[in-house]
Amino acid sequence: MSDLRELYLEMVTDHAKNPRKRGKVEPCTHIGTGHNPLCGDKIVITVSVDGDVIQDVKFDGEGCAISTASADLMAEVLVGKTLEEARDLFDGFHKLLTDDASLNDVPRKLQVFSGVREFPMRVKCATLSWHTVIAALDNKNEATTE
Amino acid sequence: MITDATISDMFPALHQEVGGKRLVYLDSAATTQKPQCVIDAITSYYECDNANIHRGVHTLSQRATTSYENARTNIAHLLGASRPEEVVFLRGATEAINLVAQAWARPRLCKGDEILITEMEHHSNIVPWQLVCEQTGASLKVAKVLDDGSLDIDSFKELLTEDTVLVSIAHVSNAIGTINPVKEMCSLAKNVGATTVVDGAQATGHMQVDFSDIDCDFYAISGHKMFGPTGIGCLVGNYDILQEMEPWQGGGDMILTVSFKETTWNEVPFKFEAGTPNIAGAIGLGAAVKFIEDVGYDEMTTREQELLAYGRNVLSSIEGVTLIGAAEHNAGVLAFTVKNVHPHDVGTILDSSGVAIRTGNHCAEPLMKRFGLTATCRASLSVYNTTEDLDVLGAAIQEAIRMLG
Repeated sequence: MSDLRELYLEMVTDHAKNPRKRGKVEPCTHIGTGHNPLCGDKIVITVSVDGDVIQDVKFDGEGCAISTASADLMAEVLVGKTLEEARDLFDGFHKLLTDDASLNDVPRKLQVFSGVREFPMRVKCATLSWHTVIAALDNKNEATTE
Repeated sequence: MITDATISDMFPALHQEVGGKRLVYLDSAATTQKPQCVIDAITSYYECDNANIHRGVHTLSQRATTSYENARTNIAHLLGASRPEEVVFLRGATEAINLVAQAWARPRLCKGDEILITEMEHHSNIVPWQLVCEQTGASLKVAKVLDDGSLDIDSFKELLTEDTVLVSIAHVSNAIGTINPVKEMCSLAKNVGATTVVDGAQATGHMQVDFSDIDCDFYAISGHKMFGPTGIGCLVGNYDILQEMEPWQGGGDMILTVSFKETTWNEVPFKFEAGTPNIAGAIGLGAAVKFIEDVGYDEMTTREQELLAYGRNVLSSIEGVTLIGAAEHNAGVLAFTVKNVHPHDVGTILDSSGVAIRTGNHCAEPLMKRFGLTATCRASLSVYNTTEDLDVLGAAIQEAIRMLG
């Protein structure tokens, strides 16, 4: 319970309850819709990219605490990053949740999600926004955790 | 005298800790735990009698055949079928409904015909009919559900017309536990000449079902939701209608004679049991039937209704918890949401308290939509649960609210 409490408290107090990046980037250059069939959650992510650099990212939709906090932190972290850096961050984040990746590979802000590894059924909740933003940047528009 | 403790003692998987906490299993609508007698019957089959059925003359084959056919007879007896041949062994309730869809409905329906279901169906009683509609040009009609989770019988009556060729309805809703008046509904359906299917997946592990009394044409059963193993279920079907139907799948055991010119079908029910069936599963289900008879449906229903009332009290006394569906006739399902806490988070936090519930849309997306929800939490009961289990559930929900609410 203590691990779980830690996982939830750190993220939730800060980001799931009061997300800073909820909304739409207008005008946006990229848009993606993510769907988690497991829980029915849907998320819409809008991004504005100038040249090679992400100017802003926002997300809309309802989800669980883990997916909301993950989307919010992701949106914060991605601002100012190049497209290549964004993909590297996703790779690092994905490894953090699935392998025994070193914490050094991901920004401090995202390290709290290492606890999700203990809850395999919830990994998809944490990665939905990332799958969605990468699909948006690839102009695929739709992502699913399946 | 069967007490709480003696019933729960029969289920080995219930006696374990999850994350250091006593397991509180409240997910029986997904699958029930298995009593020792079912596990023993399967083990004994594999240890002593393992052989293929029906065609062998040797001793083991005869033993296996006898056990398999005894299971069929016991199921027919439990469910009030008029003869064992009315019980077709299949993989589960889903396959039973698909068999009716493909072997009864598909060859008979055409454009202009209607299939009537309800808004509270499980996906397994929606999608097979959508496939048939695509294949035949028939259309699907859906009777409404009222705010309390009960069926809007007026809507059902309104949609029942001379174009209705088939009616397929849940006996008990998997998502919210509503018990439908299936006998009345089947009688109404027969008045317009429709063939009737009842999805009994959520009924036979909890309450007396009498196929002859309900007077439906087909009744679908899931073995693993009535203390049996997974991968086994039955279609109980009216003998005359089963006779009229063509086979669904071809293979061994479903034929009488085979030549390249002409093949003749075996008798009902073997006509629908192509290939080596799930022999161990059927024998396990037979043992589950024996368990149900030993405990008694009256005892099960009484206990579950007491637990349901207790559980509703526990949940409704927690601020921020909303119960979904409170029909007058309800099986042991507590569907609920927790204010400001997503069902998935509730599920994870409850799991860390040893409490197993189901969260999500429960394979009933249209019903969730009807209530304006994408997901709920569902605690579902069985005869082995206790009031203490529900107290632990209540405390764990309060913990979730403290953390996230």
